[in-house]
Amino acid sequence: MTTFANAESVAGEVKDALIDLIYRLADDDLILGHRNSVWTGLAPILEADIAMSSLAQDEIGQAVAYYTLLHELGEDDPDTLAFARGVEDYRCASLTVLDRGDWAFTTVRQYFYDVYKTHRLAALTESAYVPLAQLARKVRGEQKYHMMHSRMWVSRLGDATDESHQRMQAAVDALYGHALGLFEPTPHEAVAVEAGFCVAEADLLAAWRAEVEPMFEQAGLTSPGDAKPVYGGRRGAHAAELQTLLDEMQQVYRLEPTAAW
Amino acid sequence: MSASDTQSADVERIWEVLDQVKDPEIPAVSIIEMGMIAGVERTDASTVVRMTPTFAACPAIELMKGLVRDALTDAGYANVSVQIVFDPPWTTDRITEAGLVKLQGFGLAPPERMDGREVSPADLADVPCPYCSSKHTSMESPFGPTLCRSIHYCNDCLQSFEHIKPVG
Repeated sequence: MTTFANAESVAGEVKDALIDLIYRLADDDLILGHRNSVWTGLAPILEADIAMSSLAQDEIGQAVAYYTLLHELGEDDPDTLAFARGVEDYRCASLTVLDRGDWAFTTVRQYFYDVYKTHRLAALTESAYVPLAQLARKVRGEQKYHMMHSRMWVSRLGDATDESHQRMQAAVDALYGHALGLFEPTPHEAVAVEAGFCVAEADLLAAWRAEVEPMFEQAGLTSPGDAKPVYGGRRGAHAAELQTLLDEMQQVYRLEPTAAW
Repeated sequence: MSASDTQSADVERIWEVLDQVKDPEIPAVSIIEMGMIAGVERTDASTVVRMTPTFAACPAIELMKGLVRDALTDAGYANVSVQIVFDPPWTTDRITEAGLVKLQGFGLAPPERMDGREVSPADLADVPCPYCSSKHTSMESPFGPTLCRSIHYCNDCLQSFEHIKPVG
Protein backbone atom coordinates (compact mmCIF):
# COMPACT_ATOMS: atom_id res chain seq x y z
CA MET A 1 0.00 0.00 0.00
CA THR A 2 1.23 3.50 -0.80
CA THR A 3 1.39 5.60 2.32
CA PHE A 4 1.22 9.37 2.65
CA ALA A 5 3.80 10.60 5.14
CA ASN A 6 2.49 14.12 5.72
CA ALA A 7 0.23 16.93 4.50
CA GLU A 8 2.55 17.78 1.61
CA SER A 9 2.17 14.27 0.15
CA VAL A 10 -1.58 14.52 -0.60
CA ALA A 11 -3.24 16.60 -3.32
CA GLY A 12 -6.33 16.94 -5.47
CA GLU A 13 -9.38 14.75 -4.90
CA VAL A 14 -7.38 12.46 -2.60
CA LYS A 15 -6.71 15.41 -0.31
CA ASP A 16 -10.36 16.49 -0.47
CA ALA A 17 -11.44 12.98 0.57
CA LEU A 18 -8.97 12.96 3.46
CA ILE A 19 -10.15 16.34 4.70
CA ASP A 20 -13.79 15.21 4.52
CA LEU A 21 -12.96 12.08 6.57
CA ILE A 22 -11.13 14.03 9.29
CA TYR A 23 -13.92 16.60 9.57
CA ARG A 24 -16.38 13.77 10.25
CA LEU A 25 -14.13 12.35 12.99
CA ALA A 26 -13.47 15.76 14.55
CA ASP A 27 -17.01 17.11 14.47
CA ASP A 28 -18.54 13.93 15.94
CA ASP A 29 -16.16 14.15 18.89
CA LEU A 30 -16.57 17.89 19.40
CA ILE A 31 -20.37 17.90 19.33
CA LEU A 32 -20.85 14.74 21.41
CA GLY A 33 -18.19 16.02 23.81
CA HIS A 34 -20.19 19.23 24.20
CA ARG A 35 -23.42 17.28 24.77
CA ASN A 36 -21.71 15.10 27.39
CA SER A 37 -20.26 18.12 29.18
CA VAL A 38 -23.76 19.28 30.17
CA TRP A 39 -23.99 16.28 32.53
CA THR A 40 -21.26 17.79 34.72
CA GLY A 41 -22.92 18.29 38.09
CA LEU A 42 -26.15 16.54 37.07
CA ALA A 43 -25.40 12.84 36.55
CA PRO A 44 -27.24 10.35 38.81
CA ILE A 45 -24.24 9.42 40.97
CA LEU A 46 -20.87 11.06 41.60
CA GLU A 47 -18.86 8.42 39.70
CA ALA A 48 -21.13 8.82 36.67
CA ASP A 49 -20.70 12.57 36.87
CA ILE A 50 -16.90 12.29 36.84
CA ALA A 51 -17.14 9.75 34.01
CA MET A 52 -19.29 12.02 31.81
CA SER A 53 -16.94 14.94 32.41
CA SER A 54 -13.96 12.74 31.53
CA LEU A 55 -15.66 11.44 28.38
CA ALA A 56 -16.39 15.03 27.34
CA GLN A 57 -12.81 16.11 28.06
CA ASP A 58 -11.35 13.18 26.07
CA GLU A 59 -13.71 13.76 23.14
CA ILE A 60 -13.08 17.48 22.90
CA GLY A 61 -9.31 16.96 23.29
CA GLN A 62 -9.35 14.32 20.55
CA ALA A 63 -11.34 16.72 18.35
CA VAL A 64 -8.57 19.30 18.84
CA ALA A 65 -6.02 16.70 17.69
CA TYR A 66 -8.07 16.03 14.53
CA TYR A 67 -8.51 19.78 13.88
CA THR A 68 -4.72 20.11 14.21
CA LEU A 69 -4.33 17.53 11.43
CA LEU A 70 -6.79 19.56 9.34
CA HIS A 71 -4.80 22.74 10.01
CA GLU A 72 -1.67 20.96 8.71
CA LEU A 73 -3.70 20.17 5.58
CA GLY A 74 -4.39 23.87 5.00
CA GLU A 75 -7.69 24.35 6.88
CA ASP A 76 -8.18 27.03 9.53
CA ASP A 77 -6.68 26.76 13.02
CA PRO A 78 -8.45 24.51 15.58
CA ASP A 79 -10.21 27.32 17.48
CA THR A 80 -11.62 28.78 14.28
CA LEU A 81 -12.78 25.35 13.10
CA ALA A 82 -14.49 24.61 16.41
CA PHE A 83 -16.01 28.01 17.11
CA ALA A 84 -16.33 30.08 13.94
CA ARG A 85 -17.92 27.82 11.33
CA GLY A 86 -21.54 27.99 10.26
CA VAL A 87 -23.89 25.11 11.01
CA GLU A 88 -23.83 23.80 7.42
CA ASP A 89 -20.03 23.37 7.62
CA TYR A 90 -20.21 20.72 10.38
CA ARG A 91 -20.03 17.08 9.31
CA CYS A 92 -21.22 15.39 12.53
CA ALA A 93 -23.84 12.64 12.43
CA SER A 94 -27.30 13.33 13.90
CA LEU A 95 -26.61 10.84 16.73
CA THR A 96 -24.15 13.30 18.26
CA VAL A 97 -26.40 16.34 17.75
CA LEU A 98 -29.49 15.22 19.70
CA ASP A 99 -30.21 16.89 23.03
CA ARG A 100 -29.06 14.83 26.01
CA GLY A 101 -32.39 13.22 26.99
CA ASP A 102 -32.59 11.09 30.16
CA TRP A 103 -29.80 8.89 31.53
CA ALA A 104 -30.93 5.87 29.48
CA PHE A 105 -30.88 7.97 26.30
CA THR A 106 -27.38 9.24 27.14
CA THR A 107 -26.18 5.71 27.93
CA VAL A 108 -27.52 4.15 24.70
CA ARG A 109 -26.25 7.04 22.58
CA GLN A 110 -22.79 6.75 24.11
CA TYR A 111 -22.78 2.96 23.66
CA PHE A 112 -23.77 3.21 19.98
CA TYR A 113 -21.13 5.86 19.41
CA ASP A 114 -18.39 4.03 21.35
CA VAL A 115 -18.90 0.79 19.39
CA TYR A 116 -18.71 2.81 16.16
CA LYS A 117 -15.64 4.72 17.31
CA THR A 118 -13.83 1.62 18.56
CA HIS A 119 -14.15 -0.10 15.17
CA ARG A 120 -13.42 3.15 13.32
CA LEU A 121 -10.19 3.65 15.28
CA ALA A 122 -9.10 0.04 14.85
CA ALA A 123 -9.32 0.49 11.07
CA LEU A 124 -7.67 3.92 11.17
CA THR A 125 -4.57 2.52 12.88
CA GLU A 126 -3.84 1.05 9.43
CA SER A 127 -4.66 4.28 7.56
CA ALA A 128 -2.44 5.17 4.61
CA TYR A 129 -2.26 8.74 5.97
CA VAL A 130 0.51 8.25 8.53
CA PRO A 131 -0.34 11.18 10.89
CA LEU A 132 -3.92 9.88 11.13
CA ALA A 133 -2.76 6.31 11.80
CA GLN A 134 -0.45 7.58 14.57
CA LEU A 135 -3.22 9.59 16.18
CA ALA A 136 -5.62 6.62 15.95
CA ARG A 137 -3.11 4.37 17.73
CA LYS A 138 -2.93 6.94 20.52
CA VAL A 139 -6.68 7.53 20.86
CA ARG A 140 -7.46 3.82 20.71
CA GLY A 141 -5.85 3.25 24.13
CA GLU A 142 -8.04 5.98 25.63
CA GLN A 143 -11.15 4.68 23.88
CA LYS A 144 -10.84 1.32 25.72
CA TYR A 145 -12.04 3.07 28.87
CA HIS A 146 -15.00 4.67 27.11
CA MET A 147 -16.05 1.30 25.77
CA MET A 148 -15.67 -0.34 29.18
CA HIS A 149 -17.88 2.34 30.72
CA SER A 150 -20.58 2.11 28.03
CA ARG A 151 -20.77 -1.70 28.09
CA MET A 152 -21.08 -1.74 31.86
CA TRP A 153 -24.03 0.67 31.88
CA VAL A 154 -25.92 -1.00 29.00
CA SER A 155 -25.47 -4.43 30.48
CA ARG A 156 -26.66 -3.26 33.92
CA LEU A 157 -29.60 -1.06 32.93
CA GLY A 158 -30.94 -3.24 30.10
CA ASP A 159 -32.63 -5.65 32.48
CA ALA A 160 -32.14 -4.23 35.99
CA THR A 161 -35.75 -3.21 36.72
CA ASP A 162 -38.94 -2.83 34.66
CA GLU A 163 -38.45 0.92 34.53
CA SER A 164 -34.78 0.75 33.55
CA HIS A 165 -35.63 -1.79 30.84
CA GLN A 166 -38.47 0.34 29.47
CA ARG A 167 -36.38 3.48 29.38
CA MET A 168 -33.43 1.70 27.76
CA GLN A 169 -35.64 0.05 25.13
CA ALA A 170 -37.32 3.39 24.39
CA ALA A 171 -33.87 4.95 23.92
CA VAL A 172 -32.81 2.12 21.58
CA ASP A 173 -35.98 2.60 19.51
CA ALA A 174 -35.45 6.37 19.32
CA LEU A 175 -31.72 6.23 18.56
CA TYR A 176 -31.20 3.21 16.30
CA GLY A 177 -31.85 5.09 13.03
CA HIS A 178 -29.54 7.91 14.17
CA ALA A 179 -26.83 5.33 14.93
CA LEU A 180 -27.17 3.96 11.39
CA GLY A 181 -26.65 7.54 10.20
CA LEU A 182 -23.06 7.39 11.52
CA PHE A 183 -22.33 5.25 8.46
CA GLU A 184 -23.84 7.64 5.92
CA PRO A 185 -22.08 7.25 2.55
CA THR A 186 -20.36 10.38 1.27
CA PRO A 187 -19.35 11.36 -2.28
CA HIS A 188 -15.69 11.12 -1.16
CA GLU A 189 -15.93 7.58 0.23
CA ALA A 190 -14.74 5.67 -2.85
CA VAL A 191 -11.64 7.85 -3.19
CA ALA A 192 -10.86 7.66 0.54
CA VAL A 193 -11.14 3.86 0.56
CA GLU A 194 -9.14 3.53 -2.66
CA ALA A 195 -6.36 5.68 -1.16
CA GLY A 196 -6.34 3.45 1.95
CA PHE A 197 -7.34 6.23 4.36
CA CYS A 198 -10.26 4.28 5.84
CA VAL A 199 -12.47 1.22 5.29
CA ALA A 200 -15.89 1.28 3.58
CA GLU A 201 -18.78 2.52 5.72
CA ALA A 202 -20.69 -0.70 4.98
CA ASP A 203 -17.84 -2.77 6.44
CA LEU A 204 -17.82 -0.63 9.59
CA LEU A 205 -21.59 -1.03 9.91
CA ALA A 206 -21.29 -4.82 9.67
CA ALA A 207 -18.70 -4.79 12.48
CA TRP A 208 -20.95 -2.50 14.54
CA ARG A 209 -23.99 -4.79 14.20
CA ALA A 210 -21.89 -7.87 15.01
CA GLU A 211 -20.95 -6.29 18.33
CA VAL A 212 -24.26 -4.64 19.27
CA GLU A 213 -26.50 -7.67 18.70
CA PRO A 214 -24.88 -10.05 21.24
CA MET A 215 -24.76 -7.26 23.83
CA PHE A 216 -28.47 -6.56 23.34
CA GLU A 217 -29.26 -10.25 23.72
CA GLN A 218 -27.36 -10.33 27.01
CA ALA A 219 -28.96 -7.08 28.22
CA GLY A 220 -32.51 -8.06 27.21
CA LEU A 221 -32.83 -5.33 24.57
CA THR A 222 -34.15 -5.59 21.01
CA SER A 223 -32.97 -3.81 17.86
CA PRO A 224 -35.88 -2.32 15.93
CA GLY A 225 -35.98 -4.21 12.65
CA ASP A 226 -37.51 -1.37 10.67
CA ALA A 227 -35.24 1.54 11.71
CA LYS A 228 -34.43 3.82 8.77
CA PRO A 229 -31.00 5.48 8.75
CA VAL A 230 -31.11 9.21 9.53
CA TYR A 231 -28.80 10.76 6.93
CA GLY A 232 -27.81 14.35 6.23
CA GLY A 233 -25.21 15.12 8.90
CA ARG A 234 -22.27 14.07 6.75
CA ARG A 235 -23.25 16.64 4.10
CA GLY A 236 -24.08 19.44 6.56
CA ALA A 237 -27.89 19.08 6.67
CA HIS A 238 -28.67 19.17 10.40
CA ALA A 239 -31.71 19.38 12.67
CA ALA A 240 -32.36 22.78 14.29
CA GLU A 241 -30.89 21.42 17.54
CA LEU A 242 -27.36 21.86 16.17
CA GLN A 243 -27.87 25.59 15.58
CA THR A 244 -29.10 25.94 19.16
CA LEU A 245 -26.05 24.06 20.42
CA LEU A 246 -23.66 26.19 18.32
CA ASP A 247 -25.32 29.43 19.47
CA GLU A 248 -24.45 28.44 23.03
CA MET A 249 -21.04 26.84 22.37
CA GLN A 250 -19.76 29.65 20.12
CA GLN A 251 -21.25 32.52 22.12
CA VAL A 252 -18.18 33.50 24.12
CA TYR A 253 -15.74 33.01 21.24
CA ARG A 254 -17.81 35.19 18.92
CA LEU A 255 -17.85 38.07 21.44
CA GLU A 256 -14.11 38.61 20.84
CA PRO A 257 -12.58 36.17 18.33
CA THR A 258 -9.10 37.66 18.64
CA ALA A 259 -8.95 37.43 22.45
CA ALA A 260 -6.04 35.47 23.91
CA TRP A 261 -6.90 32.96 26.67
CA MET B 1 36.59 15.66 21.96
CA SER B 2 35.18 15.46 18.44
CA ALA B 3 32.22 17.60 17.43
CA SER B 4 29.82 14.64 17.67
CA ASP B 5 31.08 13.76 21.18
CA THR B 6 30.46 17.34 22.25
CA GLN B 7 26.98 17.18 20.81
CA SER B 8 26.04 13.86 22.49
CA ALA B 9 27.36 15.10 25.85
CA ASP B 10 25.19 18.14 25.31
CA VAL B 11 22.08 16.04 24.60
CA GLU B 12 22.81 14.05 27.76
CA ARG B 13 22.86 17.30 29.73
CA ILE B 14 19.51 18.28 28.18
CA TRP B 15 17.98 15.04 29.48
CA GLU B 16 19.34 15.90 32.93
CA VAL B 17 17.67 19.30 32.77
CA LEU B 18 14.39 17.71 31.63
CA ASP B 19 14.54 15.28 34.56
CA GLN B 20 14.12 18.33 36.83
CA VAL B 21 10.80 19.24 35.15
CA LYS B 22 7.99 17.71 37.20
CA ASP B 23 4.57 16.52 36.08
CA PRO B 24 2.35 19.40 37.25
CA GLU B 25 -0.41 17.01 38.33
CA ILE B 26 1.98 14.58 40.08
CA PRO B 27 4.93 16.66 41.30
CA ALA B 28 6.69 13.57 42.72
CA VAL B 29 7.70 12.39 39.23
CA SER B 30 9.51 14.09 36.35
CA ILE B 31 8.26 14.20 32.79
CA ILE B 32 11.08 11.79 31.88
CA GLU B 33 10.05 9.32 34.60
CA MET B 34 6.49 9.55 33.23
CA GLY B 35 7.86 8.57 29.80
CA MET B 36 6.66 11.76 28.10
CA ILE B 37 9.89 12.71 26.31
CA ALA B 38 10.09 10.98 22.94
CA GLY B 39 13.36 12.54 21.82
CA VAL B 40 15.73 15.51 21.84
CA GLU B 41 17.51 17.01 18.81
CA ARG B 42 20.24 19.57 19.20
CA THR B 43 21.86 21.60 16.43
CA ASP B 44 24.10 24.64 16.70
CA ALA B 45 21.10 26.92 16.24
CA SER B 46 18.24 25.19 18.02
CA THR B 47 17.02 22.57 20.48
CA VAL B 48 13.90 20.54 19.70
CA VAL B 49 12.17 18.41 22.35
CA ARG B 50 9.53 15.92 21.17
CA MET B 51 6.89 15.25 23.82
CA THR B 52 4.29 12.45 23.64
CA PRO B 53 1.33 13.39 25.90
CA THR B 54 -0.21 10.89 28.31
CA PHE B 55 -3.72 11.63 27.01
CA ALA B 56 -4.59 13.58 23.85
CA ALA B 57 -6.83 15.80 25.98
CA CYS B 58 -4.39 16.30 28.87
CA PRO B 59 -5.00 19.92 29.96
CA ALA B 60 -1.42 20.26 31.23
CA ILE B 61 0.19 19.94 27.77
CA GLU B 62 0.56 23.69 27.17
CA LEU B 63 1.78 24.21 30.73
CA MET B 64 4.42 21.48 30.36
CA LYS B 65 5.60 22.86 27.01
CA GLY B 66 6.22 26.15 28.79
CA LEU B 67 8.02 24.45 31.71
CA VAL B 68 10.32 22.60 29.28
CA ARG B 69 11.07 25.76 27.30
CA ASP B 70 11.79 27.73 30.48
CA ALA B 71 14.01 25.02 32.01
CA LEU B 72 16.17 24.70 28.89
CA THR B 73 16.32 28.44 28.25
CA ASP B 74 17.41 28.99 31.88
CA ALA B 75 20.10 26.32 31.35
CA GLY B 76 21.50 28.38 28.48
CA TYR B 77 19.94 26.79 25.40
CA ALA B 78 18.72 29.05 22.61
CA ASN B 79 15.75 28.61 20.28
CA VAL B 80 14.08 25.86 22.29
CA SER B 81 10.92 24.40 20.78
CA VAL B 82 8.66 21.61 22.01
CA GLN B 83 6.75 19.48 19.51
CA ILE B 84 3.75 17.40 20.56
CA VAL B 85 3.88 14.00 18.85
CA PHE B 86 1.71 10.87 18.97
CA ASP B 87 4.47 8.62 17.64
CA PRO B 88 5.49 6.77 19.67
CA PRO B 89 2.11 6.78 21.43
CA TRP B 90 2.41 7.19 25.20
CA THR B 91 1.52 4.06 27.14
CA THR B 92 1.93 3.38 30.85
CA ASP B 93 4.78 0.99 29.96
CA ARG B 94 6.82 4.13 29.16
CA ILE B 95 6.85 5.06 32.89
CA THR B 96 10.32 4.22 34.26
CA GLU B 97 10.88 1.80 37.16
CA ALA B 98 11.91 4.78 39.34
CA GLY B 99 8.72 6.52 38.25
CA LEU B 100 6.56 3.59 39.38
CA VAL B 101 8.19 3.63 42.83
CA LYS B 102 7.64 7.39 43.18
CA LEU B 103 3.99 7.11 42.12
CA GLN B 104 3.47 4.54 44.85
CA GLY B 105 5.17 6.84 47.37
CA PHE B 106 2.88 9.68 46.25
CA GLY B 107 -0.14 7.50 47.18
CA LEU B 108 -1.08 6.50 43.64
CA ALA B 109 -1.25 2.80 42.82
CA PRO B 110 1.13 2.32 39.87
CA PRO B 111 -0.13 0.74 36.63
CA GLU B 112 0.55 -2.90 35.81
CA ARG B 113 2.95 -3.52 32.92
CA MET B 114 0.93 -4.17 29.76
CA ASP B 115 3.68 -5.58 27.46
CA GLY B 116 1.58 -4.88 24.39
CA ARG B 117 -1.62 -6.29 25.90
CA GLU B 118 -4.88 -4.35 25.66
CA VAL B 119 -6.49 -3.27 28.91
CA SER B 120 -9.48 -5.27 30.19
CA PRO B 121 -11.79 -4.86 33.21
CA ALA B 122 -9.75 -7.58 34.99
CA ASP B 123 -6.78 -5.18 35.05
CA LEU B 124 -8.77 -2.87 37.32
CA ALA B 125 -10.43 -5.45 39.56
CA ASP B 126 -7.89 -6.07 42.35
CA VAL B 127 -5.31 -3.30 42.16
CA PRO B 128 -2.99 -3.46 45.21
CA CYS B 129 -3.74 -0.71 47.73
CA PRO B 130 -0.86 1.85 47.78
CA TYR B 131 -1.29 2.29 51.56
CA CYS B 132 -1.52 -1.29 52.92
CA SER B 133 -0.68 -3.43 49.84
CA SER B 134 -3.90 -5.46 50.19
CA LYS B 135 -5.33 -6.85 46.97
CA HIS B 136 -8.77 -7.02 48.56
CA THR B 137 -9.85 -3.93 46.65
CA SER B 138 -12.55 -2.96 44.17
CA MET B 139 -12.80 -0.44 41.38
CA GLU B 140 -15.24 2.39 42.04
CA SER B 141 -14.89 4.17 38.68
CA PRO B 142 -12.67 3.84 35.60
CA PHE B 143 -12.56 7.67 35.54
CA GLY B 144 -11.01 9.82 38.24
CA PRO B 145 -9.98 13.38 39.06
CA THR B 146 -7.59 13.43 36.09
CA LEU B 147 -7.86 11.53 32.80
CA CYS B 148 -5.00 9.19 33.70
CA ARG B 149 -6.48 7.94 37.03
CA SER B 150 -9.20 5.52 38.14
CA ILE B 151 -10.79 5.40 41.61
CA HIS B 152 -10.63 2.30 43.86
CA TYR B 153 -11.54 1.27 47.41
CA CYS B 154 -9.53 -0.89 49.80
CA ASN B 155 -11.74 -3.30 51.73
CA ASP B 156 -9.00 -3.91 54.33
CA CYS B 157 -7.76 -0.44 55.31
CA LEU B 158 -11.09 1.13 54.26
CA GLN B 159 -9.46 3.88 52.20
CA SER B 160 -10.33 5.21 48.80
CA PHE B 161 -7.29 5.43 46.55
CA GLU B 162 -6.38 6.42 43.01
CA HIS B 163 -4.56 4.35 40.42
CA ILE B 164 -2.69 5.37 37.28
CA LYS B 165 -4.83 3.38 34.89
CA PRO B 166 -2.98 1.09 32.53
CA VAL B 167 -2.92 2.19 28.89
CA GLY B 168 -1.49 -0.37 26.46
